[in-house]
Amino acid sequence: MTTPILHRREVVATLLEDRGDLLVVAGLGSAAWDCTAAGDHALTFPLWGAMGQAAMMGLGLALARPGSRVLVLTGDGEALMGMGALATIGVQAPGNLTVVVLDNGRYGETGMQESHTAFGVDLARVALACGFPCAEVVTCPEELPPLRNAIHTRPGPNLAVVKVIPERLPLILPPRDGALLKARFRRALLGPEADTQ
Amino acid sequence: VEAHPSPSERDWPASIHRAFSQAGVRLVSYVPDAGHKRLIHLCQADETIRTIPLTTEEEGIGLAMGAWLGGEKSALLLQSSGVGNLINVLGGAQECRFPLVMIATMRGEYGEFNPWQVPMGRATPAVLKEMGVVVERVAEPAAVGPGVEAAFRLAYKSYAAVAVLISQSLIGIKSFQEQMDR
Repeated sequence: MTTPILHRREVVATLLEDRGDLLVVAGLGSAAWDCTAAGDHALTFPLWGAMGQAAMMGLGLALARPGSRVLVLTGDGEALMGMGALATIGVQAPGNLTVVVLDNGRYGETGMQESHTAFGVDLARVALACGFPCAEVVTCPEELPPLRNAIHTRPGPNLAVVKVIPERLPLILPPRDGALLKARFRRALLGPEADTQ
Repeated sequence: VEAHPSPSERDWPASIHRAFSQAGVRLVSYVPDAGHKRLIHLCQADETIRTIPLTTEEEGIGLAMGAWLGGEKSALLLQSSGVGNLINVLGGAQECRFPLVMIATMRGEYGEFNPWQVPMGRATPAVLKEMGVVVERVAEPAAVGPGVEAAFRLAYKSYAAVAVLISQSLIGIKSFQEQMDR
């Protein structure tokens, strides 16, 4: 395996450029901090728990809002815990959903222990085997703008494993209050009537 | 308590399906159980409902949370053994006050033939309650429909996680053969 050259914060900043009305679910840990570093946003739902459920939340959102584009940004450890979700998403085949796995091959929040992907488990091939029409491994900066466009336009479900450098970065934390995160997301997406739905 | 329920009242899966329609449920996820076979068929045949088979029950909680972020109501169908798989993710739903409706068919209680079902079946109500879920048990066919309607009101009007536990006496599976024959 080649040594990764991409910095996760730069990757996420590029993927979230001109995000428009993109709906984002961020998996717990570093992926959520990366999204916050790119700019805390009402239409980003950062998870602080429920490990393994980021992709399924993305599926629920994608099925509820077929006219919106949905991006799940998560880490390799979080994605591995919910690997069955790739099978469930493959069956539902939501065209508006993209899952991006920021793969540093490590459990970054718990001491940088190696994850299964560090030993060669290939989540892109898992996604292809689950029926995703497109799943790729991204290693170069040049591949990021096309991936950003695919998130907004390519019929999915898409999955991209972005190989990133295992690095310790300053914590940039989103709000922690789950009820607040839920309410602000729904209000931003559905309007003030969401408060009384 | 009705001693002789009418045929329509005996068809408790149909009463759950009616409650789904009434509540405006658009997504029904499930890990199959023999006790849910008819309800799953009814939902699959309903053009207003999308059915989503899961590989494990906790996926249904993630799905329900995402769906509600997008403004849609959902329900999760599972067997009591699957409740054990939900524990950690129920914490996320509770912290965010996501509405949840779970319909669990009970095993490991009334007339159970498989001893491996018994520990989780016995622990099911306590585990749910410990995780902040409102637990409603129904053991009479006529009580199922109103129970599920009440669960939807509580969940979506009061932002609660609610589990309706359907007694094994309603499902009545007493042998492997009976389960196969369903």
